Amino acid sequence: MSTLEIRGLKVSVDTENGPVEILKGVDLTIKSGETHAIMGPNGSGKSTLAYSIAGHPKYQITGGTVTLDGVDLLDMTVDERARAGLFLAMQYPVEVPGVSVSNFLRTAATALRGEAPKLRTWVGEVKSAMAALSMDPSFAERNVNEGFSGGEKKRHEIMQLELLKPKIAILDETDSGLDVDALRIVSEGVVRAKADNDLGVLLITHYTRILRYIKPDFVHVFADGRIVEEGGPELAEKLEANGYAEYVSK
Amino acid sequence: MSTLTTNYLTPTGREEAWRFTPLKRLGGLHDGTFKLATRNSLALTGSAPAGVTFERIGRELVSAESSTDDVIVGRIHEAATEVTVLKIAANAELSDPISLHRLAGGLTDAELSRVQLRIGANAKATVIIENSGDHLLAEDIEIICEPGSNLTVVSLQEWDSKSIHAGRQHAIVDRDATFKSIIVTVGGDVVRLLPTVEFKGQGASVELLGVYFATAGQFFEHRMFVDHLVPNAKSRVNYKGALAGQDAHTVWIGDVFIRAAAEGTDTYELNRNLLLSDGARADSVPNLEIETGEIVGAGHASTTGRFDDEQLFYLMSRGIAVEDARRLVVRGFFNEIISEIGNSEIQDRLMTRIDQELEKAGAQ
Repeated sequence: MSTLEIRGLKVSVDTENGPVEILKGVDLTIKSGETHAIMGPNGSGKSTLAYSIAGHPKYQITGGTVTLDGVDLLDMTVDERARAGLFLAMQYPVEVPGVSVSNFLRTAATALRGEAPKLRTWVGEVKSAMAALSMDPSFAERNVNEGFSGGEKKRHEIMQLELLKPKIAILDETDSGLDVDALRIVSEGVVRAKADNDLGVLLITHYTRILRYIKPDFVHVFADGRIVEEGGPELAEKLEANGYAEYVSK
Repeated sequence: MSTLTTNYLTPTGREEAWRFTPLKRLGGLHDGTFKLATRNSLALTGSAPAGVTFERIGRELVSAESSTDDVIVGRIHEAATEVTVLKIAANAELSDPISLHRLAGGLTDAELSRVQLRIGANAKATVIIENSGDHLLAEDIEIICEPGSNLTVVSLQEWDSKSIHAGRQHAIVDRDATFKSIIVTVGGDVVRLLPTVEFKGQGASVELLGVYFATAGQFFEHRMFVDHLVPNAKSRVNYKGALAGQDAHTVWIGDVFIRAAAEGTDTYELNRNLLLSDGARADSVPNLEIETGEIVGAGHASTTGRFDDEQLFYLMSRGIAVEDARRLVVRGFFNEIISEIGNSEIQDRLMTRIDQELEKAGAQ
């Protein structure tokens, strides 16, 4: 049983006109097996929350705490956070030229497991993870995210989620740019990871359609750098009907 | 003192071709103040396969196939009493590469080495030249690609840290021939190489690929010249370099000349440099001169940058420690070209060397 606890998190980014506060005090607790959806309009700070927790250097933490099972994540480097059990599926996964998917996955698995996975079982693991996401085996020989379609990038992210077995996963707009079939395949991967590893999920999205496949236990409405309303799945239905207008200050 | 009576002007460092080169560190190759060695260190590794001859021939029997305005190449042609000639017979198809290497050399006297590689019509082969150890070497390799031939030349500069190497690899590429050059420079104190191409017949295609990695104090210069003299030839240049450490200095010059007669030319050149620390300097000068508008394409690109933070973040967010992430990115950067060598033993050795260079630099 793991718990990601975010308390009073404040985050700024540097701009030409000095630092600008994006997150203005976020409180959120995610436990193993739970799915929390964070929904909100563009520019509300949802992605900043995701990247700040993962430790992207662009974001300055100006207040608050983030702990995983009581251990301070904000004190850790990016790789240490991942090794502590955190995973971020990115909205825009980065191309790494010249590095094959298979080499990348094996390097990551070695880092996370503390030893190189046994080659024989590893090859099988990767094959079945790819097959589960309807990915062609030739995918493993391509360079990481290079020339991938939007859908391929997202499948690759979720394949990593299944292979690397984190405790808590943050999915940053994993649904964006996916057609109906790809959305279903990717969502099924998340549901499998939850079932297999008792994963806690923080699902960041703009739209409700992914929630038909990945049922949230809690829905949080995000606006202007903070959570402005919280509820159960019924809150998503309300947002579907009414949009974000009432949360956005004119 | 050398007794050469060259007509070539001794460079002062103000000439365009010499403005980046640290002349004082060239061991006298540029001004003739070296002691001439009598050795000829280029040797065939193993025995010559069928259709291949490897000989040393008196200079009077081997005429130069090209001219030069490079003073060091000029000195080689004056001084070398014999020429190392590698010939691949017409129509030969060699499945295994032909390997050459350099025997023990030295830094006290200078070897002026003249070489000719000739591949016959419609033959196909790969030649690998492995340079290691300590050498003071001036080298001119003329590469003659007869019609319809397909030749790959891999030149590996894995020199020890004090080597000085100035050379030209001049390809004369005839009708419908394909020539690929892969130059790797990861060792030496000063290395200055001129990969040059002269198109002799239509329908020929040339690829000049290279990687270099300079660490503290090393100077590596790669100065290409691709001369499109005839119509309908294609050239591609892709050089990638990394630099780390105080006064690591690399120079890439890409001169491409499309003459008035060279209609239908298709050329593109690219140089990318990865600066891994402060105190290093990468000069990158693409230069395209075009005398006809009737071409398929002509372009160039040059970039010099640091580690991409987003790449490192992506890898680290998967638990990979920063040093391992850097190593992956650097290996990946070079892999595009190293993988073209097509010999896994050499590729692994070079990647290990690149890892060592990166560690040595203690990349900041």
